[in-house]
Amino acid sequence: MRYERPDTMQAATALLAGAEAKSFVLAGGTDLLVRMQNDDFEADLIVDIKAISGMAKVTETDDGFVIGAGVPSVALFEDTALVAAWPGVVEAANLIGSTQIQGRCTIVGNLCNASPAADSVPALVAAGAVAQVAGPSGTRDVAVIDIPTGPGKTSLAKGEIIQAILLPKPNARTGDAYLRFIPRTEMDIAVVGVAVNLTLNEDGTVIAARVALGAVGPKVILVDTAAKAVIGSKLEDVVLQALSESCSAACTPINDKRGTVAFRTQVAGVLARRAAQTAYTRAGGK
Amino acid sequence: MSSIAVATIINDDKVEFLCQPDETLLDILRNRLGLMGTKEGCGTGDCGACSTIMDGRVVCSCLVLGAEAQGRTIETIEGMANGSKLHPLQRKFIEHAALQCGICTPGFLMAAKALLEVNPNPTETQIRFWLAGNLCRCTGYDKIVRAVQDAAAEIRGETT
Repeated sequence: MRYERPDTMQAATALLAGAEAKSFVLAGGTDLLVRMQNDDFEADLIVDIKAISGMAKVTETDDGFVIGAGVPSVALFEDTALVAAWPGVVEAANLIGSTQIQGRCTIVGNLCNASPAADSVPALVAAGAVAQVAGPSGTRDVAVIDIPTGPGKTSLAKGEIIQAILLPKPNARTGDAYLRFIPRTEMDIAVVGVAVNLTLNEDGTVIAARVALGAVGPKVILVDTAAKAVIGSKLEDVVLQALSESCSAACTPINDKRGTVAFRTQVAGVLARRAAQTAYTRAGGK
Repeated sequence: MSSIAVATIINDDKVEFLCQPDETLLDILRNRLGLMGTKEGCGTGDCGACSTIMDGRVVCSCLVLGAEAQGRTIETIEGMANGSKLHPLQRKFIEHAALQCGICTPGFLMAAKALLEVNPNPTETQIRFWLAGNLCRCTGYDKIVRAVQDAAAEIRGETT
């Protein structure tokens, strides 16, 4: 196995696009190094991207935020402008692992690991985040929802690296929230995760909504019917009930030791209602 | 596999070492540098026994490659006391009997030190959440939490 730490993205993509059969990108390492402990793990090449300029920074631009692929989750929480703009994204990223993991783990890694239960991914999808993908022939922007294709699988081609996540500047009166269910208070994997992003008009009516579910299907689910259910409302009880039902209806979960199909389906609806109420309050709704 | 030359700062000392690409920082500390205070528990980032501070952030050294330490500043338990003078956290852990077998203790101390550097006056809840990545199978945690609270008070100058 070779370890390389290139200082340009061009060099990094060229290394990954090269001959080696099994190559991995190293950012925070909190998934990769765990996999490396397995006896059957094989790698020819590990490309550490943290020496590349811009990887460790959150940059606020006219269009929003650029979060470099090497930014640890804890640094998102420390960025007050980002917390103010996208509190749901930050709270989702801060649910991943322990303090020690937070010091290393990245939202790009969470996305590329492609676990259906990734906490930050539904929040990024609800926020309308875009992945900036660098490859041997240049960069392309891909909606975050189009990156994972199934458990452990992504749409990235050989040689491609997500170099940053782009979060838009939120419109006025916008709020987002993420909630997950786990059977303990910390250090666990989502049984269900729900992210809601709402924009209100001046009288508190929802004018735009995005609702995303995690851990209830092979990949993150954007629930258009749930968004339609809340647009034009002020989250009255009957609307919240419709939101719950449309989220439950969108679930295609598995049964496993962490939750049954019936449990996950019901909890998705419950969490959607609560996350919507938090997002509504954060957007300035009363 | 060819060796990688790494230059780093550990406990205020410049340290250079050679490592293999698949060696973790934990392997380097224990096996190559003789810094045995950092413990290996799970080796997969779940237990916190190998907690060290890298560039000011507490991390699991089992989830850091030795090669990644290039140019970084690392603090381990060996650098916590000032000569023979224990750090207040170390002293309070002893006073409160916040350890039994001791395997988790260096990790708890490093994590608690990192906490008090960002939050000198944490609530019990904040301490418990911050230390959720450090597992102790002996003490039941209460004594550890009390030791951290007491050390924090002493560092703030509020000791009775």
